[in-house]
Amino acid sequence: MVENLKFRNQALAEKVVKKIHKLASKKEETIKICHVCGTHEWTISHYGIRSLLPANVEVIAGPGCPVCIVPASEIDEAIKLALKGVVVTCFGDVLRVPGSEMSLLDAKAKGADVRIVYGVGDAVEMAEKESNKDFVFFAIGFETTAPSTAVEVFKKPPKNLTFLVSHRLIPPAMKLLVEMKDLSLNGFIAPGHVSTIIGLKPYEIFPKVYGMPTVIAGFEPLDILFAVYMILKQLNEGKPRLENEYVRAVRPEGNVKAQRLMKKVFEVQDGNWRGLGKILNSTFKLRSEHAKYDARLKYGVKIEHGIDVKPGCKCHLVIIGKIKPTECPLFMKACTPQNPVGPCMVSMEGTCRIWARHQKLI
Amino acid sequence: MMIKMCLAIPAKVVDVKGDEAKVDFGGGVTRNVNVTLVDAKVGDYVLVHAGYAIQVLSEEEAEETLRLWSEILETAELEVKG
Repeated sequence: MVENLKFRNQALAEKVVKKIHKLASKKEETIKICHVCGTHEWTISHYGIRSLLPANVEVIAGPGCPVCIVPASEIDEAIKLALKGVVVTCFGDVLRVPGSEMSLLDAKAKGADVRIVYGVGDAVEMAEKESNKDFVFFAIGFETTAPSTAVEVFKKPPKNLTFLVSHRLIPPAMKLLVEMKDLSLNGFIAPGHVSTIIGLKPYEIFPKVYGMPTVIAGFEPLDILFAVYMILKQLNEGKPRLENEYVRAVRPEGNVKAQRLMKKVFEVQDGNWRGLGKILNSTFKLRSEHAKYDARLKYGVKIEHGIDVKPGCKCHLVIIGKIKPTECPLFMKACTPQNPVGPCMVSMEGTCRIWARHQKLI
Repeated sequence: MMIKMCLAIPAKVVDVKGDEAKVDFGGGVTRNVNVTLVDAKVGDYVLVHAGYAIQVLSEEEAEETLRLWSEILETAELEVKG
C-alpha cells in the first residue's frame, strides 16, 4: 500500500498552495468553501491549512459533527430510557452532550447504566452475555455509521436489544446550506467516508441545480489542499461540476451492499437537527417489519421537543458555519472542553472542540 | 473510548472467517472487525469504522491519486505559463 508519507509530501503541498494563491488572485471577492465533516475540520485545524490559504479563500465547517446535530429531544429519549433502568450503550462522544436538562453522563452519575461502546457490535455482545437485562443501542452517526446498525438489525439481534435510531443523512443538510442565501457559499468539499457508502450520485444536484463546485475529498492535508485547488479551478473556468479526489476509497457507485442493507432496514423521514431545525428526508427510521427493534415504540419514550440551544450558546450558528467558534462570546470563557456549554465543544468532532485544541494554530 | 465518528481507519486483512476478519492497523495492532458490508480477502486493505469494514481500498487508485496530483500540478504549470 502506498504509505501515508507520500500523501504528506511537503514539496507537493508547497506547489499546490502556490497554485491556489495564483488562482485566488484572479478573484477579488471572498471565496467561501464549506466542508461537512468533523474529520475534515480536524485535518484542516491540525495541519494549519487555513494559514496556508490566501486571505480571500475561506474554508468553513458545516454540520459535519454527527453528535453535535442530534437534537436535545433525542438525547432526552436516551436519558429517559437509562433512568427507566434500560442499559443504554452509546459512542463515547455522546456521553457529555447536553440534553434539555442533563446529559447521559449526568444520568450515569445518578446511577443509570450507560455504557460506552466502540460500535454496535459491542452492544450486541453485551446483550447476549447479559440476557437478564434490557439493552438499547443509541444509533447516532451519518451514512458512514448507519450501515453497521443495519447489519445488526438485519441479522436479528438478541431479544433484549433494541435501537434508538438517530442516524442522519448528509446531502439533505448540504441542500439546506446551499439554499441559505446569506451563507453565500461558493463550493463544497464533500465528506470522504460518507461518500464511500453513498457514492457520487447524491451530490450531483449541487453542481447541476445550484451551480456549486463539489469535490469529494480524503483526509490527508494534501487531499484538502487539492480539493480547494479543484474548486478554485472550477470557479475560474466557470464550469461547476462534481469531482472525486478520494478515488482510493470512493467508488462512483459507493458501497452497494451497504446501500441495499440500509434500504431493507430503514426508511427515510423528515427530522430535526440541533441548530438547523427540521430538514426534509434527512433521518432514518426502522421500517415497520423491524418495528420490534425500535426502542421508541417498545418503551414509549418518543419526545417531540427539547431545549437545543442553551442561553448564550452559539452552537446553532457554528454548526452552519455562519460564525467561527472564536466569534462566540462563550468560547474558551464560559465554554471550555472541561466545562462545555454546547455540543460543538463536547464532541471530538465539534468545531469548537477542535478549535479549542488547536488554538495556537488558528 | 473516544472515537471520531466520521473517521475510518485503513487496515490490512490478515484472516477472514465468515463475517469476521482479523485486521492489522499497523504497528502490531490487530482487531476483529465485521466484514458483512464488503467483499474482502486476505491481503486487502479495508477502511474500518466503528468495528465494521465499510470499503475495500484500492492500491491502484492510491497510486493513481499521486499520479493525478502530479499531473494536475503540471497542467496548471503549463496553463499559467501559456
